[in-house]
Amino acid sequence: MNQDLTQTLAAQVASAQAEGRALRIQGGGSKTWLGRAVCGEPLTVGGHRGILSYEPTELVITARAGTPLGEIQAALAERGQWLAFEPPHFSPAGGLGDEPFKADPDDRPSIPDSQRHHQGFAAFKADPDNRPSTATLGGTIACGLSGPARPYSGAARDFVLGVRLINGKGEVLRFGGEVMKNVAGYDLSRLMAGAQGTLGVLLDVSLKVLPRPAVELTLVFDLSPAEAIRRFNQWAGQPLPISAACHDGERAYVRLAGNEAAVRAAQARLGGEVFAGDAESFWRAVRELRHPFFRQGSAHQPGLACQTGTAYQPGAAPLWRLSLPPAAPHDPALGPQFIDWGGALRWVHSEDSLWSLARAAGGHASRYGLAFVSQDAGAAGGGEADAAGAAGAASPASASGAPDVPGTQGPGAGPDRTKARETVEMTDSAVFQPLPPALLALHRRLKAALDPRGILNPGRIYPEL
Amino acid sequence: MKLTMTTDPHTNHDHGGPGNSDRQAELVAGLLAILPAAQVLHETEDLRPYECDGLSAYRQLPLAVALPDSADQVQAILKLCHRLQVPVVARGAGTGLSAGALPHPEGLLLSLARLKAILHIDPLARTARVQPGVRNLAISEAARAHGLYYAPDPSSQIACTIGGNVAENSGGVHCLKYGLTVHNLLRLEVITMDGERLTLGAEALDAPGYDLMALMTGSEGLLGVVVEITVRLLPLPERAQVLLAAYDDIGQAGAAVGAIIAAGIIPAGLEMMDNPAIRAAEAFVHAGYPTQAAAILLCELDGANEEVSQEILRVRQILLDSGATEVRTARDEAERLLFWKGRKAAFPAVGRLSPDYYCMDGTIPRRRLPEVLARIAEMSAAYGLPVANVFHAGDGNLHPLILYDANRPGELERTEELGGKILELCVEVGGTITGEHGVGTEKIDQMCVQFHPLELTQFHAVKAAFDPAGLLNPAKAVPTLHRCAEFGAMHVHANQLKFPDLPRF
Repeated sequence: MNQDLTQTLAAQVASAQAEGRALRIQGGGSKTWLGRAVCGEPLTVGGHRGILSYEPTELVITARAGTPLGEIQAALAERGQWLAFEPPHFSPAGGLGDEPFKADPDDRPSIPDSQRHHQGFAAFKADPDNRPSTATLGGTIACGLSGPARPYSGAARDFVLGVRLINGKGEVLRFGGEVMKNVAGYDLSRLMAGAQGTLGVLLDVSLKVLPRPAVELTLVFDLSPAEAIRRFNQWAGQPLPISAACHDGERAYVRLAGNEAAVRAAQARLGGEVFAGDAESFWRAVRELRHPFFRQGSAHQPGLACQTGTAYQPGAAPLWRLSLPPAAPHDPALGPQFIDWGGALRWVHSEDSLWSLARAAGGHASRYGLAFVSQDAGAAGGGEADAAGAAGAASPASASGAPDVPGTQGPGAGPDRTKARETVEMTDSAVFQPLPPALLALHRRLKAALDPRGILNPGRIYPEL
Repeated sequence: MKLTMTTDPHTNHDHGGPGNSDRQAELVAGLLAILPAAQVLHETEDLRPYECDGLSAYRQLPLAVALPDSADQVQAILKLCHRLQVPVVARGAGTGLSAGALPHPEGLLLSLARLKAILHIDPLARTARVQPGVRNLAISEAARAHGLYYAPDPSSQIACTIGGNVAENSGGVHCLKYGLTVHNLLRLEVITMDGERLTLGAEALDAPGYDLMALMTGSEGLLGVVVEITVRLLPLPERAQVLLAAYDDIGQAGAAVGAIIAAGIIPAGLEMMDNPAIRAAEAFVHAGYPTQAAAILLCELDGANEEVSQEILRVRQILLDSGATEVRTARDEAERLLFWKGRKAAFPAVGRLSPDYYCMDGTIPRRRLPEVLARIAEMSAAYGLPVANVFHAGDGNLHPLILYDANRPGELERTEELGGKILELCVEVGGTITGEHGVGTEKIDQMCVQFHPLELTQFHAVKAAFDPAGLLNPAKAVPTLHRCAEFGAMHVHANQLKFPDLPRF
């Protein structure tokens, strides 16, 4: 189903800008939980879909942003290629649209079937939970999501070659291109990765793609978390074909990927035990945060409308994503942790605020599973974004059916009270690490440069953007 | 770049308009309050070495040159210039090829060459924290003891600085596999024009908020001044091996590149040279290149020992199957280096054939290569100016080298016109006007061809978010709409020219 909605979407954005109406960009809905809730009328972009060009020998694919991620992965898999940043789908169903990997049968190395990466798919398909993924290309890039391969293959941002987008004025603009090297103009295409739609509505995205490695093999090591972090870093400094390394609190898992000779040589060097089960399902569960570790908390809340209040389930601690320098020491005081990205990601459930801890360790934190925003926080940005933020935020946080949230009940009574409440709400609703003031100010100016009236996904990352 | 000439249309020996001597005195007095006198230059003979970068066809003296040796001094200088509303052009080693570090006649030239400390190498986390004036190759040299290196390797890596690499998002021979500068950075310390010091990126693999590190990379000194850089280091590959393949037909060579990639192999380096470039290189370095070949391909594979052994056989077969008349595998490290020596010396080798040459830097979708080379040959004939082509074949980055003689009246102008047409051709086939050298001053008119006025307007708005007064590297990288109107450029996008069937030169 191919459809070009450029004109319709641009007209919608232009009219919203003219009237100062906030827009909530909506693709497949799989990542609504992955940020602050947005107050605004939906701008439905999922219908703008279809692969526009795919040249395997150029290593480039261009597709409309609403194209299902699974459709893209299937097209690449047919030609033995993939998205090397291993994007998570985070589809509510947890399912994935990726088709079984069709390796050329004549080109198969002599690896036992149990270790072939395409074998995992059959087991995965049998998962009763599996339904088609709703993840789209646009949402994947807008959220800047990368999977376990990130430290070894690069981030989503690294694979973006160009975009076409609608800015906050309803103008259709193209940045970057479909070639690997391009330094003409500011790199606004890579800037869109992780901007969560707050700087533009993605229309088309061109990505660099890579050949899928011929062989994958997962090794298991009996290591403590601290020792695993040390080893992951040491191994990453050696010429080994490592494509993922994690620790689930019990054991360390290292995935090798490459041609058969390279994988075999690395296996001989590293030792460990070959993963006995379905390694592909294991890594998929890590990537999609469906490993049992992540089930302990409240990570996967359904998407929230901005009026429904908090997704926080009493008794379940929020899931924190600590993005740290990869060799940062293990902190046992944080309790059980899932370590991914070769040490550069530490996932932990915690009731405590971990912002300052993450900063002190040289990184930053994100807090998932607590994705609420009140309309007041949405309007707290001030400045150019005020009109739009307020326009989209119509009713109080404690609207019918929503659980009460400590610190947000009741309307403010006077400026002092409002001020105090904003502070509490900004703290409570924060999903992403607060920025230092000068950097936040620059973010606001940049937002205003692309979206002068602040109508695109206002408040999605920070109340001020 | 070898561009020396007697009559130079881009040279300006003035210090700008009247009143500039007062401006200069005020600026120098302010600088002397920040820096020792030896680090402030303002006499004409002292300014002369800074009048151009690697593209010496463009020359301009600044009001003054500042040579700070700390980030704090850079910050104080920017605050001073912000207060005085004096333009600032930052400069590293001055090896850039697009006149991006061309001084401003009413501005300060801010040299970062003295900020050249390698501050810290963390072998476990595989990072190096360095100052912007550190040379690209010096990072790899310092990391080698730990079995690590910094991957991006622009051909000027002996001299060019990492700060300049960040400003230009430099590439190199190995970027198909190992990425550009932006892919090998973790964190930047940046000072904005108003003197605010910011940290962009992190030593973690991502950072909260917008990816301003990516935006800053390749911004050609227009958004901020980088005073500290944390780069990612990679393990040195166990082994590298190179193949040389000769072709009678350049189209076959292009097809071979596609066939290697279709086989699932990403070579560490994949370079192509056409016959004029082969002959020039061979005459210069005697690498044993087949001088009758229409094109040669150099294909380097790296990785684990066993892996390279396996892949080299596969690539060899692909090259033979694609019609190579000859395929050689370097027998040893000495021969591998010799194969590369010819390619790395291609620019100076071509320079020996002609008094001057002009290096272009377009990128095209690789499949359009035969067509683009044919059209370049047509244009070369029409202008009567020979062109040799060196091609980063893996990533589509084409460097046509136009041979000319600047002492012949009008030849530089015709060379620049031909260069402009080649870049417009790159845009027309879906490529870009610059793959790795930057827009700078040189390609600013072609920006009008690649981008729509609304897109240029968006760039200016982004610039204003960082530098509202437009004091950092003015008149570079992004043209004003007024300039585009004067240039009379037509924005073309991927074959959407009017009357695409008309022959064009």
